[in-house]
Amino acid sequence: MNLTRQDVEKIAHLARLSITEQEMPVYVTSLSSIVNFVADLSRAQTDAVQPMAHPLDGQHQRLRADAVSESDHHEKYQVNAPAVQAGLYVVPRVIE
Amino acid sequence: MLHNLSIGELGRSLTAGQISSVELTRHFLGRIERLNPALNAVITLTAEQALAEAAAADRRRAAGEQAPLLGIPLIHKDIFCTDGVRTSCGSRMLDNFIAPYDATVVTRLKTAGAVMLGKANMDEFAMGSSNETSFYGPVKNPWDLSKVPGGSSGGSAAAAAARLAVFTTGTDTGGSIRQPAALTGVTGVKPTYGRVSRFGMIAFASSLDQAGVLARSAADAAVVLQAMAGFDPQDSTSIDTPVPDYPAALDQPLAGLKIGLLREFFEGLEARNAALIHDALKIYRSLGAQTVDVSLPHLPLSVPTYYVVAPAECSSNLSRFDGVRFGYRCKQPRDLLDLYKRSRGEGFGAEVKRRIMTGTYVLSAGYFDAYYLKAQKVRRLITDDFRAAFEQADLLIGPTTPTPAFAIGAKIDDPITMYLNDIYTIGANLAGLPGLSLPCGFVDGLPMGLQLIGPHFSESKLLNAAHRFQTATDWHQRSPRGYEQ
Repeated sequence: MNLTRQDVEKIAHLARLSITEQEMPVYVTSLSSIVNFVADLSRAQTDAVQPMAHPLDGQHQRLRADAVSESDHHEKYQVNAPAVQAGLYVVPRVIE
Repeated sequence: MLHNLSIGELGRSLTAGQISSVELTRHFLGRIERLNPALNAVITLTAEQALAEAAAADRRRAAGEQAPLLGIPLIHKDIFCTDGVRTSCGSRMLDNFIAPYDATVVTRLKTAGAVMLGKANMDEFAMGSSNETSFYGPVKNPWDLSKVPGGSSGGSAAAAAARLAVFTTGTDTGGSIRQPAALTGVTGVKPTYGRVSRFGMIAFASSLDQAGVLARSAADAAVVLQAMAGFDPQDSTSIDTPVPDYPAALDQPLAGLKIGLLREFFEGLEARNAALIHDALKIYRSLGAQTVDVSLPHLPLSVPTYYVVAPAECSSNLSRFDGVRFGYRCKQPRDLLDLYKRSRGEGFGAEVKRRIMTGTYVLSAGYFDAYYLKAQKVRRLITDDFRAAFEQADLLIGPTTPTPAFAIGAKIDDPITMYLNDIYTIGANLAGLPGLSLPCGFVDGLPMGLQLIGPHFSESKLLNAAHRFQTATDWHQRSPRGYEQ
């Protein structure tokens, strides 16, 4: 199955990626070839097979005591932020 | 020459006071300054910090401490967060990112007294098999500067091969330690999933990612892995089982060891490459091991399985890069959606965007069952194949890669051809198994790797088998021309 330009535009939107005019035909071709390549999986007989999400058996989510384990580092973390004001992250206006 | 000595030899010289860690550190910093411009293996140098750490190591040793890595210089792959030092992950997205904390791997090696010289170049977000997707440009292979060093830990591999550090760290999601180790003639270890903490290691595909080591011998790798491995409560998939004494097991005899020859790994393998593996088997037989033929019938589906599972996990993991809290932000966004889209569109490179979109597609409504769920089922079939193989053999053996290093530019425009490079390494990641690549000879003057794969938590046995091979051969001691002195 080959993807169309519209398919790739939709995927890019879902992934929140802007794709330039120059990039678009390259992705239409290469994503189509990847989708066709992984379609090989349909050859495998998997009717009674349980999907495997984790490489080791018998692992489960560990719990810990509900106690404070982290101190406040927001000043250190916000050094990396593109725009900060009064300790808050600044983004374009969302509510008119 | 200092840079050709093993960790054990350096430790004895340091303890005897024949050299200091400061001298050793200066020696490697000098090599980086002289040799790295042609290789592009190191993208951040932390000389001042390294010399301070080396001086501290010298003081600890003077006070009687004798830890094996105390004062030994290393380079970290730039995927590991290093407090106060840029951690770029090879991406424009994180070109300006100063990590606010250390990864557990970094903390552990720091505590062991190892000295960080700098950070190694890598494929962007560890997505690549040639180190050509880095925002900082390709890494060159020290054996031939027109060839790739492999990827994604290409900078780490080239740096270890060129002796720019005593050892380097790497990560392996589909072969990213073993494949570049093979292509540059060094020893690379990908431990069992969960053996080494992933905390502070920038995530690509969380059910596959594992940290490991690239070194010039299995004996050196054993010492490093000893310091890296172990339970970490900060990694929710870290495994809480005791770490065996890896160096102590290196010399165990191999008599009676059953080595499984992976039939599928030889189909279509060029005769000269296959001959090197058969030569290696002869050495193993002379060391007392037996060989048996084993088959992994679903292995041919490992690459398509991986290219569903890994992109799916990557599309989820990389959604954190939004241009708001850290990383690249586009200029003059019109609104929030435009900010997200252009920050990500401009901040990520071509291959990263391709994988995010592949993952988004296979997870999207209507395609989830056919691709993602199907791949998770085939993943179990592949894992079951390995389990059955380990009923016949203690270790599995085969080539690490189908070919030696290829030319820079040869495969970058064809993703499927590039993906097929990892055909022999991906299986171990899908099944969470430990794997090791060690040098086993040359084809056209370029190194080839022998791969050992073992059951979960068999690192000791893998290192033992690799070390015994390296006491019977000298492939691992070969140095690329121009890097001996």
